[in-house]
Amino acid sequence: MTTPPDIYLPYDDAISRYEPIIGIETHVELGTNSKMWCGCSTAFGAEANTHVCPVCLGLPGSMPVVNRQAIESTIRIGLALNCTIADWCRFSRKNYFYPDMPKDYQISQYDEPLCFDGYLDVTVATDEGPQVVRVEIERVHMEEDTGKLTHAGGSTGRIHGADYSLVDYNRAGIPLIEIVTKTVIGAGRLAPEVARAYVTELRDVMRALEVSDVRMEEGSMRCDVNLSLNRPGDGWGTRSETKNVNSLRSVERAVRSEIERQAAVLDSGGRVIQETRHFNEDTGRSTSGRSKEQAEDYRYFPEPDLLPIAPSREWVEELRASLPEMPSVKRARLMVEWDISEFELQTLANAGAIELVESTIAIGVDSSAARKWWTGELLRVANEQGVELEQLSVTPQDIKEVESLIASGALNDKLARQVFEGLIAGEGSAEQIVAARGLAVVSDDGALLAAIDEALASQPDVAEKIRSGKVQAAGAIVGAVMKATRGQADAAKVRALLLDRLGVSE
Amino acid sequence: MSDLIRQSAATLAAAIANRETSAVEVAQVHLDRIAAVDEKVHAFLHLTGESALAQAAAIDERIANGEQLGPLAGVPLALKDVLAMKGEPTTAGSRILEGWRPPYDSTVVQRLRAADIVILGKTNMDEFAMGSSTEHSAYGPTHNPWDLDRIPGGSGGGSAAALAAFEAPLAIGTDTGGSIRQPASVTGTVGVKPTYGGVSRYGQIALASSLDQPGPCARSVLDTALLHAVIAGHDPMDSTSIDADVPDFVGAARRADVRGMRIGVVKELGGDGYQAGVAQRYTEALNILEGLGAEIIEVSCPHMEYALGAYYLILPSEASSNLARFDGMRYGLRAGDDGSNSVEQVMAMTREAGFGPEVKRRIILGTYALSSGYYDAYYAQAQRVRTLITRDFNAAFEQVDVLVSPTAPTTAFKLGEKLDDPIAMYLNDVATIPVNLAGICAMSLPVGLAPEDGLPVGFQIMAPAMADDRLYLAGGALEAALTDKWGHLLIEEAPAL
Repeated sequence: MTTPPDIYLPYDDAISRYEPIIGIETHVELGTNSKMWCGCSTAFGAEANTHVCPVCLGLPGSMPVVNRQAIESTIRIGLALNCTIADWCRFSRKNYFYPDMPKDYQISQYDEPLCFDGYLDVTVATDEGPQVVRVEIERVHMEEDTGKLTHAGGSTGRIHGADYSLVDYNRAGIPLIEIVTKTVIGAGRLAPEVARAYVTELRDVMRALEVSDVRMEEGSMRCDVNLSLNRPGDGWGTRSETKNVNSLRSVERAVRSEIERQAAVLDSGGRVIQETRHFNEDTGRSTSGRSKEQAEDYRYFPEPDLLPIAPSREWVEELRASLPEMPSVKRARLMVEWDISEFELQTLANAGAIELVESTIAIGVDSSAARKWWTGELLRVANEQGVELEQLSVTPQDIKEVESLIASGALNDKLARQVFEGLIAGEGSAEQIVAARGLAVVSDDGALLAAIDEALASQPDVAEKIRSGKVQAAGAIVGAVMKATRGQADAAKVRALLLDRLGVSE
Repeated sequence: MSDLIRQSAATLAAAIANRETSAVEVAQVHLDRIAAVDEKVHAFLHLTGESALAQAAAIDERIANGEQLGPLAGVPLALKDVLAMKGEPTTAGSRILEGWRPPYDSTVVQRLRAADIVILGKTNMDEFAMGSSTEHSAYGPTHNPWDLDRIPGGSGGGSAAALAAFEAPLAIGTDTGGSIRQPASVTGTVGVKPTYGGVSRYGQIALASSLDQPGPCARSVLDTALLHAVIAGHDPMDSTSIDADVPDFVGAARRADVRGMRIGVVKELGGDGYQAGVAQRYTEALNILEGLGAEIIEVSCPHMEYALGAYYLILPSEASSNLARFDGMRYGLRAGDDGSNSVEQVMAMTREAGFGPEVKRRIILGTYALSSGYYDAYYAQAQRVRTLITRDFNAAFEQVDVLVSPTAPTTAFKLGEKLDDPIAMYLNDVATIPVNLAGICAMSLPVGLAPEDGLPVGFQIMAPAMADDRLYLAGGALEAALTDKWGHLLIEEAPAL
């Protein structure tokens, strides 16, 4: 049976007829050195099945032992998200069969999460200016990651239809926390932006806490988006769960796409199916996964191989006192320090540029120059390529080098863009690129004067105007010189030489 | 030294240490004995003779070099096949683990090795320790050395039979609802279910994690204490293991004194349903204890009658989850892997082919009991009963120092007799199960032969958590009095085979 292709209602139409309700579940791999229940390394990218032992392979007889650092990180996350920390809670077993699960159950938390009832305030840009939205947090709980399956053969890349599948258990047992929001109601048209702003803010909180490297492209932070639509005044609709939403941009796109899809279903008199959908980064659309109409029964029960977690009040307060500056507080401080508006700061935040700008400033680059490059040229390229800023192979150190080349007169802004192009293409350091591409500013006065004379000779009427005091006409000559030097001249210098040549002053 | 196989572990260790005999000789005579009788008994699933002899030779060499070794150095031991032993087959009595060789040692095995105890092989058991007769082993039943037509108890029938057949002087068992004590009871041997958390479970293939506990088995109370001391103590690999000082089991077994001890007779664990000869030997033992200076007090534990019901919800629930991992994906049996079946089908076919009927029965029970909509009525309710039973014990231990009961309602029954009646089989453990539910400790020791069938009767002593030393104090006294009476340990009356 082939399912008919999904149809979509244009976003403006969809949002004018339906109200979206969203909920976001975010999995974050904690950046502990060792796994949740054993001493195996959590390093990413090792050869398959080399970071494994009897415990994380779930071999018969093996038993888990809780990683204390993971508990500490989870409590800190809970505190940063304004949650209540449980006095006493247990792990539970979530039972289901799947080949990526060594024990065929996942140790998780069920009805006794370690952290619960919190919130995170996020800011979204609207036409009327920045708007603060409070996203309530249902719970933060601990669990273990599964192994990673690779399906070979078949056309879908999924287990069904594959010729065979490979399992890498290096990831199995890596500490994972799940952060579940309560339903976000009333975001309306802004739902996609709210979703993105929430995940962005959450990521920034994780970074500030230094509990995870939150690299969405490596899967150390992954989102599932729950969404339903209802007509104003009606009860809640049936929700879908979109999985594999693995970039900030995708969060926004996934919400938008699902609003458009469900609206089309409802508009045509259809029924939204409760199902899991898989988001495709390339198409920006999701495809239907398994139906959840018959809810799976995970037969949760308290994990008998582990003792309950009972963090002492003293410990929790100690952790609370040692929390770092939260991103929202930090942003308020940066607005003052960098002398920028909330809107400008929000632009930086949405671009994921705050840390990059900060590190750039920290190594001595002027604040406005740092912001100019990250949110200008580099953000443009990142958007063009559909990647996050930090994925571009440009570092704060590169910005510093480019800036010092500009300061020394060896580069101008226009040439600098070409240097960044080279950096992104991986052509080496800024200086190497300048040399290799022959980008240095022409600073030899003789060569510039020759070019000026040539330009004056070819445009005698313009030369006459300038001589007669119409200094604004100088631009035509400067432009011709810049063209002749293929942009490798310092325009200000050309202008000064030209006026000097003609004996006029500004 | 004559007839090495009939010596106690303590005696053998001393003889090896002072070079009256050697560890190699001791290992060899036991391997010879196994070769001679195990065809009839079938206590062992797998022998580790070669490595045992190599280990024994190394021990002899160290003794020759003047090294002081531990109190059981060079003594052979039979290991229940549910404990992981690096590089050796470990099946838990199941087809589904056929061919699997663990790449690691359980903590118990590590401690045995560290104590220079020589492991002769892996013993038979009911599949995944589910049963009271070893008839649920996928590899065929073990026969009781007292009467080869009878069951040796279960699930640890192989370990108990190895002791009673003089194939090994020491054995390791595991006890989830009586799997050490009931086999000890029906084979005339001694077995202790330690306090939950007293011995590490790391490397024990889990049946029911909240009930399982490895423990020592031997032919005398002192040998049991010596072995218990070797395997006890906190293990960072097992979060549920207790981080506290280990009581002095050996000292208690040597003191063997019940003067002034208050001994509680659990009213609910006796009376109707107990074989006449069992009741008779039990009462005689109580009289002996009283004669030794103990005070016998009747106590009531009103919730004991619900123990069996609660147990048969908690155990299958945990087992259904613990046994999920046997899916053919990573180790052991894999069925249906001809390319035509999906991963779910291969998992299902593997489990269909690899698990026996009792295992399937309990997995189905447990899956049902944990299901959404039934959880509160079954699993959660059973946990509440468990709390009540624990309170019963706590209240009883405020009045008395130890509690006693017959270990099993009957002596060894015939092979096949209860195989088709799971409830009758489950009822065997009615007196042992409450101990596991409460996490306390208990011992079974032989108190004579039932007059009607001439088979051993076991006497159960129960003590509070982390007071396992009281088991040895009382058990040691009772054993000494009985030995005086008979002129030897009861086991000496076992058939020669």
